[in-house]
Amino acid sequence: MDKDFARRRRRELIIAFCLAAIAALVPLFVKDVYVQNVMVLTLMYAALSQSWNILSGYCGQISLGHALYFGLGAYTTAILFTKFGVLPWFGMLAGGVLSALIAMALGYPCFRLRGHYFVIATIVIAEIGLLLIQNWEWAGAALGIDIPVRGDSWLKFQFTRSKLPYFYFALALACVAWFVTWWLEDSKWGYWWRAVKDNPDAAESLGVVVFNSKMGAAAVSAFLVAVGGSFYAQFVSYIDPESVMGFQFSLLMALPAVLGGIGTLWGPVLGAVILIPLTELTRSFIGGSGRGVDLIVYGTLIVLISLALPRGLVSLFARPKFLWRKAAVR
Amino acid sequence: MTAETIIQSLASGLLMGLLYGLIAVGLALIFGLMDVVNFAHGEFLMIAMYATFFLFAFFAIDPLLSAPLVAAALFVFGAIVYLLIVRFAVRAKANAGMVQIFSTFGLAIVMRGLAQFFFTPDYRSVTNSWLGGKTISIGGIYLPEPQLVGALVSIAAFAGLYFFIHRTDFGRALEATREDAGAVALVGIDKNRVFALGWGLGAALVGLAGAIMAIFFYVYPDVGASFALIAYVTVALGGFGSVFGAFAGGIIVGLVEATTALILPPSLKSVGIYAVYLLVVFVRPRGLFGSM
Repeated sequence: MDKDFARRRRRELIIAFCLAAIAALVPLFVKDVYVQNVMVLTLMYAALSQSWNILSGYCGQISLGHALYFGLGAYTTAILFTKFGVLPWFGMLAGGVLSALIAMALGYPCFRLRGHYFVIATIVIAEIGLLLIQNWEWAGAALGIDIPVRGDSWLKFQFTRSKLPYFYFALALACVAWFVTWWLEDSKWGYWWRAVKDNPDAAESLGVVVFNSKMGAAAVSAFLVAVGGSFYAQFVSYIDPESVMGFQFSLLMALPAVLGGIGTLWGPVLGAVILIPLTELTRSFIGGSGRGVDLIVYGTLIVLISLALPRGLVSLFARPKFLWRKAAVR
Repeated sequence: MTAETIIQSLASGLLMGLLYGLIAVGLALIFGLMDVVNFAHGEFLMIAMYATFFLFAFFAIDPLLSAPLVAAALFVFGAIVYLLIVRFAVRAKANAGMVQIFSTFGLAIVMRGLAQFFFTPDYRSVTNSWLGGKTISIGGIYLPEPQLVGALVSIAAFAGLYFFIHRTDFGRALEATREDAGAVALVGIDKNRVFALGWGLGAALVGLAGAIMAIFFYVYPDVGASFALIAYVTVALGGFGSVFGAFAGGIIVGLVEATTALILPPSLKSVGIYAVYLLVVFVRPRGLFGSM
């Protein structure tokens, strides 16, 4: 069993490495800017969803307010860059640390809540953040911040001529988020989180420090999402409160993991690779009329997948032998 | 700020709060019955408002008269949603909570898309209805008539619901199913039928609220989203599982909103509601009257 497990984890690492290498080669053949743009967004959502999955999937604390951390990352970077000339790399770090601290400060009272009370608290807190930023004149209020162009360079993390650098950064971010999850899966934290998710009371009685483990998951998750937010601010070079902190972002972050397979290593990646291109394509080709056909397609898909595959799309890849064995046990 | 303005805004806050209670009660009923949160609740409100609008625009039926029709239509709609979607969602063998959230949420997106497709994203409003834009003065305080009638309808609906749950066979079946869905099957109550009727009833209540809302609020595809969050907060504040918690929660939300609007700029008026929700659940993690 142990040997099997170690072999499986090693194999996962090798598969991930191969996939990342193949992904890195794709832009050499695909020069179309629109397609490259979709690929950048896909990788970004894979990274965001993977990070969301740490708190909501592994630890079971369903957050529908992660847009708060995304927005904090985006705003910290943009404000530091436009108002104080601080390089986005430091802004990214600052945004990440700030978000992790805020996640823990909010987690302190919130982690006592259970079920829907917790979910609604996360929505409400993100909504308060959104309203405060919308009314904060110095930070651009509802109009947002236009990030000035100061020349293409990695130092300033700004590229106006090519999407490629953004692509490689997003790829790196997705890899980091995946690797962190992979590493945490087999760590003390990983086991604690799954125990907390399954039954917090039983976990507590077995010596799991439930509260601390939730705090840890929140901090890691918020840090990574904020880094994604910083990246997004540089990528689109214009941010406003609704577009980086709105409720729809919290959902967009959760959907790939939910459809791909919540609390699984590959779920968020799989979900993002299918969902994001589909969203973008339906929006560009049938959504242009502004008549909501894209929403109809998208919503129907969510209903069907969540009903037909409650374990997510990854369950399609589960080895039949495994399923059969499980069925035999029942 | 004079005492008069304070009383004035508290009075309108109270009226709006009773309406919030009516919007939210269907959500509370369904949750209490089967532990499911309907994330398409706001969209139920939206289609009720559209139904009211079209009945007015095409057949000149005043919202006050069409309210029962709209409620009846929503009853059928709610039961169909249960039979087609929710029935399967609660059966999910894994991640049951997630499946419920996202299957109803997907439904919400589809409904919004359909509304955009058929009705376009334009803002519409019921103009020249019997009550639209009229106010009444009671002891020097001006109250908008649509909201006043809405508040009365809300009180009547809650009283009716109380009677219904405690005095009728179906109400007792509803209570029994909520206590123990397995045991009621043994005494010959069809669980699915009770759940379907519960969804119908929940939807009918939000239908009633939608008909009243259409008198004084714009109708557009995203209108549900603005009220859905308030409805969730209202239910959670009162405590999940408690239908009358929704009544109390609605009143509190309405009063808090009105008070916040007196102190902070209008664009921040929802902050007060959210802050009160957080304060309440931090002190009482099950809401004010919740049992679960």
